[in-house]
Amino acid sequence: MRVHTTDPAFLDLLQNRYAGFVGSSDRAEIDFDVDLSQSSSVDPDADVTVTQRKGKWSLQRGDFRAEWEPASRRGWVRQSLNPYSIDAVLRIVHTLVLARQGGFLLHSASAIRNGKAFLFAGVSGAGKTTISRLAPPDATLLTDEISYVRKQSAGYIAHGTPFTGELAKLGENVSAPISTLYLLAQGPENRIDPVDPAEAARSLLANVLFFAEDEELVQATFHSAFEFVSRVPVARLTFRPDARVWELIG
Amino acid sequence: MSRLYLARNPRVAARSLGGEMMIMSGRDSTLFTLNKTATILWQAADGATPLDRIVELRICPEFEVEPAAALQDAETLARELASHDILQISESPIPAVAAGESR
Repeated sequence: MRVHTTDPAFLDLLQNRYAGFVGSSDRAEIDFDVDLSQSSSVDPDADVTVTQRKGKWSLQRGDFRAEWEPASRRGWVRQSLNPYSIDAVLRIVHTLVLARQGGFLLHSASAIRNGKAFLFAGVSGAGKTTISRLAPPDATLLTDEISYVRKQSAGYIAHGTPFTGELAKLGENVSAPISTLYLLAQGPENRIDPVDPAEAARSLLANVLFFAEDEELVQATFHSAFEFVSRVPVARLTFRPDARVWELIG
Repeated sequence: MSRLYLARNPRVAARSLGGEMMIMSGRDSTLFTLNKTATILWQAADGATPLDRIVELRICPEFEVEPAAALQDAETLARELASHDILQISESPIPAVAAGESR
């Protein structure tokens, strides 16, 4: 994804925020022109509207407006000089792209250990930041907040993302096949319990990021979740906040 | 008394997994998990079979209930499912319905 801006301050902001995820390739799947003329306060929790009409996606929140036309691979963003609006646009566009490919963004921390990726899903307070903070040195953190899940013929791949949570630490820009999805719960002891398939699908769907008011993509994402749980083991990871929980992982 | 016909709303996504039927509204992404009776109604909702026949053939044998009471309960449930846009209901057969995918 390529972002065009003539504002040096915004360019610096992007390079700092997405350090490790910024490339110089001439090829881009999507080009966005950013217009920094909009002045408004940023409320990341404000409602976002994502609709499709005549082949164009329209994205709107109080602090930004954006359009993206998949056929021409071009779009624009109108926002003020801040990192949160473009971050939201990037997340939303990635959910739209991934939905057509059988993948998704997931509210989960993720890390690679011994060549395998592990996802730790849960709502705020479930322990995504804690499990990330407790990761041992031989684990590579992909994200503490939003996992990037891509479908491939042989299975599913987790990629690092620059989308951070409370840890405010960028993930590494690497990827690995997903071994297990853990549903996080905090408790008095560290343990792993099986999750029945229906519960696994429900929990996965509850944590998939999806913004679009679009029946076709809703259905695609729904079926992608079932496909995922049919191919990737899902278990409940109950843990207490100490590093020994990682003895169970990997 | 008029008969009631049911059809699956083709604009929802449906999957059965581990014996549970889950439905997601394409309109607002709401996820529903159907109970056993609702699952029977969903599976039998072909637009052509009237509700009283579904109750007689599928629900009464399953739950060993009295047909009149079962029909009343089933109608209430069908209308509730229709209110969530999961089922379409009509007093006449619902033709050429592209039923929601049920894998």
